[in-house]
Formats: sequence, structure tokens, C-alpha cells
Amino acid sequence: MKRLLCLLLFCATPLFAVEPDEILDDSVLEERARAISAQVRCVVCQNEPIDSSNAGVARDLRLLIRERLVAGDSDAQVYEFLVARYGEFVLFKPPFKPSTYALWIAPFAILLFGAGAVFLTLSRQKTAAAAKGLSAEEERRVKDLLSEGDK
Amino acid sequence: MRRILFFLPLAIVAFLGGVFLWGLQDGRDPGSIPSALINKPAPAFELSAIDGVGTPGFAQSDLASLEELSLVNVFASWCAPCRAEHPLLTRLAEEEGIPLFGLNYKDKADAAAAWLEELGNPYQRIGHDLSGRVGIEWGVTGVPETFIIAPGGTILYREAGPVVGDGMKRLQKALADLREDYP
Repeated sequence: MKRLLCLLLFCATPLFAVEPDEILDDSVLEERARAISAQVRCVVCQNEPIDSSNAGVARDLRLLIRERLVAGDSDAQVYEFLVARYGEFVLFKPPFKPSTYALWIAPFAILLFGAGAVFLTLSRQKTAAAAKGLSAEEERRVKDLLSEGDK
Repeated sequence: MRRILFFLPLAIVAFLGGVFLWGLQDGRDPGSIPSALINKPAPAFELSAIDGVGTPGFAQSDLASLEELSLVNVFASWCAPCRAEHPLLTRLAEEEGIPLFGLNYKDKADAAAAWLEELGNPYQRIGHDLSGRVGIEWGVTGVPETFIIAPGGTILYREAGPVVGDGMKRLQKALADLREDYP
């Protein structure tokens, strides 16, 4: 019984929101539709792609994407179609353009800034350590003090 | 140079504080999605009337031929906030003397007819969008939504959610501002 349960557990497939009646007969198109809908944000449940959302609008959009693909649209055209209606907000991967420069560049800029700061601190520490040895003047005084003790 | 570096942490804290203050702003809703259709012509669509309701159907040409500001309200009988905003929307349209059009979203004809019978029908025209396709053309994310349309059929403003309380205040303010441009 336990073994059967384990077996069933491993056989379990992840639950998809895509319903059987939505799936296209053409597996190549279906594959493209799945890839696109994984990149499109559901406008109702905003942190979920429409591919895994059960919202009504998400289902409508999934069907619409498949319809456009069957009609011969390229992936880019399908994205364009969605962006024209819902804005770039629906793209999980926003395009690289002036209004999104901060979004794309900021992480790398901050990383570079941090790396620069670390490098500066480390190199400064090194020069400070190198300067730690006694100067000639100090060496002479040490010698004097030590020899004083001998007297 | 040293001295400037001493002030760096303070500057960073001040900057972050500014960002947080902006984030706490009253009325800022990070979940709200700006409409992609603002300042664009209303999408092409043609919807028939709801069976059993005397109000005529609704198409893009109805908006294009307008000579004044108008409202387009997306509603459904199954949507509770629509019921809440209905009397307020009705009064707004009457008081402002502004044409109000309805987009009946994914609704059964008899349910919509009963709803309008019960609550009153303030709409000049109503399009029956059973499939929700026209809703997608309008970029509708959920019902209710209310659009302000310019003479000639350009979309000027969208209020997502019911026009009650703050939503109504925003819509009224937008209308008042737009009245200056479109007297």
C-alpha cells in the first residue's frame, strides 16, 4: 500500500491551468503558445503568468494567443497584440528602452559600485600595511633605547 | 575627499527615506495597471443589443460620431461592485448630462435584462459582449471599469474598479479637468 502511494506520488503531474479544450492539435504551435503564455502576466492575479492562472481573462488570453498563432502570427506579433491592449505591464520581461534603462542597468551599476568600493578599501589596507614598518629614524631610537638598558 | 565620504551614509539614508516616502504616498496603488489605450481611439467593435432589453446595441461608430464627452461603463449582472456603483453612476450621468454607454461583459442576456429591470437602465446604448472579446480589445482587466471618451471617440481616462468613494472622486476630478479641454 505504502509502495503504491509512493509510486502514485511520483506519477503525479504538476497541475496546469491550461484546460484540455484549449490545447492545439499542432504540437509546435501549442509549444509556442505555452512559451508565450508563460511570459505574459495575468492582469487579475498579477504575479502569475496566464499559463498557470485560472482567472477568466487569463483563459480568454490563452485562447486568443492560440488563435493568433493559428492565424499565422509570429511570436513578436502576438506580444505586440497584447501590449497594444494591456500595455508593457503584461510582459514579465520588459523591453530594453529608455523608460526601462534604470530597471535593467541599476543592478549592474550597483554591483559595479560595490565592487569598486571593496577594491578601493582592500588596496588602501594593503598600502597601510606596507607602511607599518619602522622608519630609519625610529629604528635608530629603538637601538638607542635598547643600548641604554645595557649600561 | 574624506569629509565628503563621511556624509555618504547620510546621503544614502536620505535617498532611501525619499524612496520609502514616495512608496507610502496616499492613494498610490502599486497593483494598478495604467491603461494602454489612453489618448488612443476606441478600438473597433460592434456589439448587438442584449436580447430582451430595449436599448440599442453599441459600436465604435457610436463613439466616433459623438460631439461631447461621454462615459463607457463595463458592467455585468454577476459583478457585485457593479451593483454598488450603479446608482452613483446613474446619478453622475444625469447630473452631468453626459451620455453613458454600457459594455455588458460576459453576461447572460436574461440575467442582464433582469438586473437592468431591477436597478434601472441609465445607458443610451448597451453592447452585449458575451465572449469577452470586446472587453479584451478595451484592455479590460476586470469589471467594473469606466472610461471617459472624447468627442470623436478617443479614450481619455479609465477608472478601474467601482466608481464609489475614492473611485468616484477620481472620476469626477478627471471629468472636471477634461471639461476644460472639451467644453
